[in-house]
Amino acid sequence: MTDHTLDTLAGSPGTLPDRLDLGWRRWMRWEVLLLAVAIGIFLINSFASPYFLDPWNLSDATFNFTEKAIIALAMALLIIAGDIDLSVASIIALASVTMGAAAEAGVGTPGLVAVGLLTGLAAGAFNGFLITRFQLPSIVVTIGTMSLFRGICYIALGDGVYRNYPSSFAWFGQGYVWWVFSFELALFAVLAFLFGLLLHKTVFGRQIFAVGNNPVAALFSGVRVQKVRFSLFLLTGLASGIASILLTARVGSTRPSIALGWELEVVTMVVLGGVSIMGGSGTIVGVVIAAFVMGLVTFGFGLLNVPGIVMSIFVGLLLIGVIALPIGIRKLARRWQGVSGRAKR
Amino acid sequence: MKLLKILAATAAVVATLSVVQAEAAPVRIGLVVKALGIGFFEAANKGAQEAAKEVGDAEVIYTGPTTTTAEGQIEVINSLIAQKVDAIAVSANDTDALVPALKKAMDRGIKVISWDSGVAKEGRLMHLNPSSNPLIGNMCVLLAEKVLPEGKGDFAILSATPTSTNQNTWIEEMKKVLPQHPGMNLVSTVYGDDLADKSYRETLGLLKSNPGVKAIVAPTSVGIVAAAQAVEDQGLVGKVYVTGLGLPSELAGHVKAGSVKSFAIWNPIDLGYSATMIAYNLVKGKAEAKPGASIPMGRMGEVTLDEDSTGAMADPFVYDAKNVDEFAKIF
Repeated sequence: MTDHTLDTLAGSPGTLPDRLDLGWRRWMRWEVLLLAVAIGIFLINSFASPYFLDPWNLSDATFNFTEKAIIALAMALLIIAGDIDLSVASIIALASVTMGAAAEAGVGTPGLVAVGLLTGLAAGAFNGFLITRFQLPSIVVTIGTMSLFRGICYIALGDGVYRNYPSSFAWFGQGYVWWVFSFELALFAVLAFLFGLLLHKTVFGRQIFAVGNNPVAALFSGVRVQKVRFSLFLLTGLASGIASILLTARVGSTRPSIALGWELEVVTMVVLGGVSIMGGSGTIVGVVIAAFVMGLVTFGFGLLNVPGIVMSIFVGLLLIGVIALPIGIRKLARRWQGVSGRAKR
Repeated sequence: MKLLKILAATAAVVATLSVVQAEAAPVRIGLVVKALGIGFFEAANKGAQEAAKEVGDAEVIYTGPTTTTAEGQIEVINSLIAQKVDAIAVSANDTDALVPALKKAMDRGIKVISWDSGVAKEGRLMHLNPSSNPLIGNMCVLLAEKVLPEGKGDFAILSATPTSTNQNTWIEEMKKVLPQHPGMNLVSTVYGDDLADKSYRETLGLLKSNPGVKAIVAPTSVGIVAAAQAVEDQGLVGKVYVTGLGLPSELAGHVKAGSVKSFAIWNPIDLGYSATMIAYNLVKGKAEAKPGASIPMGRMGEVTLDEDSTGAMADPFVYDAKNVDEFAKIF
């Protein structure tokens, strides 16, 4: 975890430290706080419900968030680069509808996966093209494509349903790799690792931070800003395509209302994971922990049969709390430093 | 992924401890609704709690997503599976999407039934419809007979669209039982397309062209309101009565105004009660859900299953001046 410290510092200008070794402050990180919250929720749940600590139950619980979390990984990069994609849930629906149509036409499982991925890529490319070619704000364009993609699904399917998926296709959403570890969870783990490498260990990753912090400076430093942004929209589209394959395989059918409202949950995951909504900073570790926090909260509350609306309130409070807490601590620390500084003088 | 490792390790250790719960516990039934906060389902829960109290050793877990999505219901079903409930009774948001989750529940020994809004055959043991087409058709005729002078005279039907499957089935069923009611004469069937203004105009036209009509049967919740309004606006209250299928909250005013004497729709309380009773009896082994079987439902009698393992609860429930206000608060 320590090796990210430098990255984060380099990623947020204006707070360059006097010394690189930060001592105990190294632990004053968002991810540490989140991990503490995750462990806390885990413990509370274990005491609150006798059903929580069961390998199969915990495994079932992961299905509720892995699809969203996979999109959150790509969305994190996009938000760090200063953009956002609100059409992800509609891309899921669009990819699911095209896969459903392909399945009706007799396409086999490998073909369906290809169709899902390609639809995701195409939708991402469409977003990226509009945004980078015409210099339009991403939030406006993707609110538009959110309605556009969803609308296409409703026109194509109406109140109908696609459900003729081959039985081998179900494995992507219901299969297990080893013991209680589902394919969905395993895929999420692999992707999280890859996205972590991409963001924190590659030149492309550095360019993402550069674009998010100051696109003009990045451009003058030789970063092909529009290309980076376009790639990230492609990546987000692809991640949505993957999520669509998993979700469609899990529920075994497609309706145009599939994954309705997921875009906000994905963005919540990213922000809870410590990615600055203004762009320029964030880590993949944070997003992964945030995904687990949200999954554990939803599942734990579900076991206690807490109504969904209370869950939404709790997640909202958690979001505000986790964002407000570090700012509060920093302010307190600054005030304390100021006081002690004055006392010395 | 460190968290996951800890998670799995801790889980494995403690899992052995949590097997204690078993015998003599009450039968736990998850009543899953389309979304929480809907009056119709709150009423169904009332009936479910009544059933639980009646049998004594049952506990109803009333739950559902915040919005009417299939994904939300799958999450709820997963958490019920995790709690190892004995039965799940679901009113589904999606006929197909819930099937994998419900299949998993059945694999783990949970009795799954659907009620109100069904799931595909592979995802449940049986489905409980609030009523059946013949019962609805019969009830509509009986309601019309009640408001006709001495049960004789002309009446008309106001339907939705000419292509609406359930409307046509019900009208068909009405025509089937008409010969048993000599003196009742169906003069015309008009279509208001389930649009308030068109239904209103069609009713006006009907009243003009058939001045002898004494009753209008509208087996659609949109049509019945529009027809009642038209009768009131024409000053025909007391001369022409409107009846059919509608919602108590929308019709309470018209019952007071006098244009509607009585109407019918399913009773959500009875529906929740019956679903719970069926789930309880399946868990207790008092009945088996298979085609042709009869399953007791307490005070609601018995339900007989057809070849799709689908059954009808009862006649539509009749609402009139005595009970409409009470139910208007519910749905």
